[in-house]
Amino acid sequence: MKPNLRHITICLLSVFLFIASSALCMKRQMVLSQSPIVGPFIPEVVNPPDGDGKSLLIIWSKPPGKVIDGYIIERATVSKKKWIQVGEASGDDTSFVDRDRPDAGFRLLTGVNYKYRIITKVQGWKTISLVSEEAVAKPRWFNVQRANVFFVILVYFGSVLFYIDRTRKGKSLFIRRIAGMEAMDEALGRATEMGRPALYIPGIMDVDNIQTIASMVILTEVSKRCAEYDIQLIVPLNRAFVVPLAEESVKEGFLRSGRPDAYNPDDIRYLSDEQFAFTAGVTGIMNRQKTAAHFFLGAFFAESLIVSEIGFSTGAIQIAGTANIHQLPFFVVACDYTLIGEEFYAASAYISKEPQLLGTLKGADLMKLLMMGAVFVGSMLSWVGVEWVVRIFGV
Amino acid sequence: MELVEIFRLWVGGLLTLMIFSFLYKDNPFYKFAEHLFVGVSAAYWMVVGFWTTLIPNLIGFLYPPSVGWFSSNPAEAQNVMNSLNEQTWYWQYGRIVPLIFGLMLLTRLLPKVSWMSRWPMALIIGYAAGTNLTRYLQSDFIAQIKATLIPLIVIVDGKFSLLDTISNIVIVGGVLSALVYFFFSKEHKGWFGGTARVGIWVLMVAFGAAFGYTVMARISLLIGRMDFLGQWIGSVF
Repeated sequence: MKPNLRHITICLLSVFLFIASSALCMKRQMVLSQSPIVGPFIPEVVNPPDGDGKSLLIIWSKPPGKVIDGYIIERATVSKKKWIQVGEASGDDTSFVDRDRPDAGFRLLTGVNYKYRIITKVQGWKTISLVSEEAVAKPRWFNVQRANVFFVILVYFGSVLFYIDRTRKGKSLFIRRIAGMEAMDEALGRATEMGRPALYIPGIMDVDNIQTIASMVILTEVSKRCAEYDIQLIVPLNRAFVVPLAEESVKEGFLRSGRPDAYNPDDIRYLSDEQFAFTAGVTGIMNRQKTAAHFFLGAFFAESLIVSEIGFSTGAIQIAGTANIHQLPFFVVACDYTLIGEEFYAASAYISKEPQLLGTLKGADLMKLLMMGAVFVGSMLSWVGVEWVVRIFGV
Repeated sequence: MELVEIFRLWVGGLLTLMIFSFLYKDNPFYKFAEHLFVGVSAAYWMVVGFWTTLIPNLIGFLYPPSVGWFSSNPAEAQNVMNSLNEQTWYWQYGRIVPLIFGLMLLTRLLPKVSWMSRWPMALIIGYAAGTNLTRYLQSDFIAQIKATLIPLIVIVDGKFSLLDTISNIVIVGGVLSALVYFFFSKEHKGWFGGTARVGIWVLMVAFGAAFGYTVMARISLLIGRMDFLGQWIGSVF
């Protein structure tokens, strides 16, 4: 069949239509990519890897080819339809962790069904995403991102239990001399000679602070010696929760010395939760009761310089110890003896000689040895460009 | 200046002078300011504890409308109440357990049953020790090791960097020698004792730097107080 004019016309028309439709599509594509409208998407809501039952992780994908100004994250409970804004994210973010914030009035509670939506901001326009699936915040049993911490705990516990067992079987563990603890008798002896009281401050933190707990072991020993020397021991406290703990510790010390009758609960004094009101109260006690031996053993902050300076001006023998490194300089300059960092924790084992504490100390020494090995090997490997050791310690 | 503002300045100014009077010696004015400060702050923290701990963490769960009591922001309180109302019954009434523990703590006031207060106290200490263990191992052990894993020879853009190399050697050497000082199960004698002595020098240098830095910060606090006194005196004249 020979092509006639009709065929040629149809062919040309088809080509023209194809080119025209392609051009229109391309133009539409360009218009869409420049448009502030974002296509519909559904945010994903999961429990974060370190989920404590009071947080949820909202994940979304960044729309391709768009310059996003930012996102607004909104939350609603399943029964109440009202959406509340819980946070904002920048245009580069693709996730947001919503946490329980009672102080700000945003409660995210365990066991409640929540749903989320994301508002995308582009060129002054806002596009609301689809609503996510319902999610419930649940605490996780195991955080895989912290597996290295778990491994360190296993090694530490293993070594501590091993050394406790050895101590119980009668193997003696050597502990080097800790000057601050050696001076305890000297300080209390001087207070006895002068007929003045001793003062013990277990820091200004609550019972959930490990330094306060460690301080209680030393307080028991100090109170035992005070009972033996027959001197008054004043324990001013900054937290009401520490009062029963300090009372029990002092009572036990007096009981151990065989003088429970000498225990006076009025010497364990709660002053104030306010840091500097407490400091003012302590300095008042130092000046008016003329305390002759001061023990500052625990977690201290900005009040450390004030109490130790005033204590110095009264002429008392002062023994301090803290693991708060920023306060150590003040104790070093104003006190006669200072237990630096871990020396403070070791002091409880040093004076009590209890197998559990001695074993813990030896286990901690082993951990330090491992730490030194890791630092040495890791630095050497970093030198030659091997970085896997650094990644192992990633937290 | 408003009357309230003038009153505030006078109270603050006089109390500041009373506290400063301790620089001369202990006196009745200082005693008054000290006792006022201790008493007011103890009462203040009791009230803060009630509204920031007991209401949102206990009473709010057991009786959600209580969150709205005296709230300065009704809309925010309504949001919180809505969330609390959504709680499943076991999460909501599970708060009765800490309530019982709290009441057990108060049994210290009754000598015959005061032994009951030891149970919640033991729980608090056990919980604190357990949770702090992982936290400290993470932040004070593993994170510190990671921060110290730095190359001893630093090459930047293909060139040897002397200053960075010295800095890294000092960091790694300082950490290792300071760690040796904190070994308790070995006597500090011989090379071990020498290394420990280097470690304590490293610590003392660090303490000296921290001391200077903090003293400067304290002086700025003093300047702030002097500025307040200046405002007070300025308002008088």
